[in-house]
Amino acid sequence: MLLEITDLRVKAEDKDILKGLTLSVNPGEVHAIMGPNGSGKSTLARILSGHPGYEATGGSVTYDGKDLLDMDPEERACEGVFMAFQYPVEIPGVNNQYFLKAAVNAVRKYKGQEELDAIEFIQLIKEKARLLEMDQSMLNRAVNEGFSGGEKKRNEIFQMAVLEPKLAILDETDSGLDIDALRIVANGVNALRSPDRAIIVVTHYQRLLDYIVPDFVHVLSGGKIVRSGGKDLALELEARGYGWIDDAVGAQA
Amino acid sequence: MSQVAERHGTFVDAFEAFRTSSGFGPEWLRTARAAAFGRFLEQGFPTTRDEEWKFTNVAPIAQIEWQGAAAQISVINRDLPDGVTISTLREAWATQPALEGPSLKSDHPFVLLNTAFFEDGFFIHIAPKTVVTDPIHLVCVAEPGDAPVMIAPRIFVVVGEQAQVSIVERYQGRDGQPVLTTAVTEFLVGPGAVVDHVKVQQEASSTFHMASMFVHQHRASTFASRAVTFGGRVARNDITATLAGEGAECTLNGLYVADGDTLVDTHTTIDHAQPHCPSHEVYKGILTGKAKGVFNGKIIVRPDAQKTDAKQTNKALLLSGDATINTKPQLEIFADDVKCTHGATVGQLDDTQLFYLRARGIALADARNILIHAFASDVLNGIRHDAIREELEVALVQKLHLPE
Repeated sequence: MLLEITDLRVKAEDKDILKGLTLSVNPGEVHAIMGPNGSGKSTLARILSGHPGYEATGGSVTYDGKDLLDMDPEERACEGVFMAFQYPVEIPGVNNQYFLKAAVNAVRKYKGQEELDAIEFIQLIKEKARLLEMDQSMLNRAVNEGFSGGEKKRNEIFQMAVLEPKLAILDETDSGLDIDALRIVANGVNALRSPDRAIIVVTHYQRLLDYIVPDFVHVLSGGKIVRSGGKDLALELEARGYGWIDDAVGAQA
Repeated sequence: MSQVAERHGTFVDAFEAFRTSSGFGPEWLRTARAAAFGRFLEQGFPTTRDEEWKFTNVAPIAQIEWQGAAAQISVINRDLPDGVTISTLREAWATQPALEGPSLKSDHPFVLLNTAFFEDGFFIHIAPKTVVTDPIHLVCVAEPGDAPVMIAPRIFVVVGEQAQVSIVERYQGRDGQPVLTTAVTEFLVGPGAVVDHVKVQQEASSTFHMASMFVHQHRASTFASRAVTFGGRVARNDITATLAGEGAECTLNGLYVADGDTLVDTHTTIDHAQPHCPSHEVYKGILTGKAKGVFNGKIIVRPDAQKTDAKQTNKALLLSGDATINTKPQLEIFADDVKCTHGATVGQLDDTQLFYLRARGIALADARNILIHAFASDVLNGIRHDAIREELEVALVQKLHLPE
């Protein structure tokens, strides 16, 4: 088991958002988390990445045998957790390539590996840049500054490709993408699928799952997973809407 | 009057002694010195009731009995190309016509003191159409003495028509007894001339650095300054740039960094006197500890100065809860077809940016370091001399005790 979330309760801005979420993820699996607005999808992504605005008030998250909630954000990243941001942050004055080199070397240092020099780093990113169709100018600009929505999301997946995490969490990476950008992003993610890497795809729409085909689909509603299934569940949701889930949950209760 | 004279007793005695020495200079300078000292005695030191000195209390300077000392200023270039003349001011006033720059019209108290007491400094002349590739470096060392000393360095630069030059001024010093540096730097920039100026102030925290720079630009000239100030007990920079010819372009950028109990004050005036002049101003401050920052940016657009395009930005980054900044733009616009923009922001490091960096594995201290450098970068990157820029980046890290 790579990730074991048990009865997780999370608060943000004094509001209870996750109310007892349980989820297990094995290496090699792709899990899609779907749900209506406000169901807690992004909260799940952010609490796993260590976002300071979110506080766990109960339950546990075990990652690779360790207590994930006890780690600083940078420690989680160094341990192989990667979140692709729903809203990637612009950092004027920080060169994209410089930033990525700092990140790669921080992770290497944590693992006791030698830091990469400039030439080794260029070699590392060259192929990944091609995968995400990132040209040199995007690498030389300030981090996300003046990037289009699609460029920002490509930059996220590019970072993921370079950092090669064990657990990748994509927080609504498809939102705001046109179909071409969506294909590029999905190709990038699919290229990273491997037996020792798990991916959690948080999305509102089924469309992304045509390109990144999940092994499991979970529906989040009211801060809990209310239904889990295979990839067909996403199609059912697309056809019937989220109202159907709420009704079904209401009927059970 | 007698009361004022008593308060400035040491200055009066020093001035009387100086008056009879050979360093007092030729007739025009003797007249200028007497007038300046007279005005200084009349005004005295400013108080915080004076609008220009509202946030910068110079009472500690007024209370100290200063001894005069010769400014230790030197040019560190070995070979100077043809067309460049550098002489000491003493040599210059023996051979040149009167060096009557805009400073002699100033009523700034520390300019008056400098005019009254400066003993030496440099006169730099760049002949028309001379292109000087290597920067000319001037270094002034504020060496503390057994008692508090006042030094009065002075630099007078004349850049001929269509000439091009880069001038680097550095002010350095050690900790010890207080030093009062009253620096005056003047630039007369000829038509079509291009001047790149860098000023680095790195004196001790016991130093009062009270510097004024005057820039007078003729038509189609370009003047670009980057001033990096690391503070002192008080570090005050007054810059006055007059765009006196059509199409002159002026850039005044600066970075100030202060920690502990120090104060950095920048007062700039860009005087648009003629049409079609662009001016650009970006000042950035990084303040920590109990440091205080003051920025006052005045832009004057005279009635003739149509098509002026003036942009001013002041941004301050406060790294501690006790650091403060007072920032004020001051626009005086008397022409109607002009573009003037100004903006000021004051804030802490951005939490969302910090989290983004940390979420990629970068430790909190390193993430802060990266963001502080990014904040400073648009000023530092404008310094074209790699060695100086890299040295300043290191100095920034040391000053703020950031991880290397």
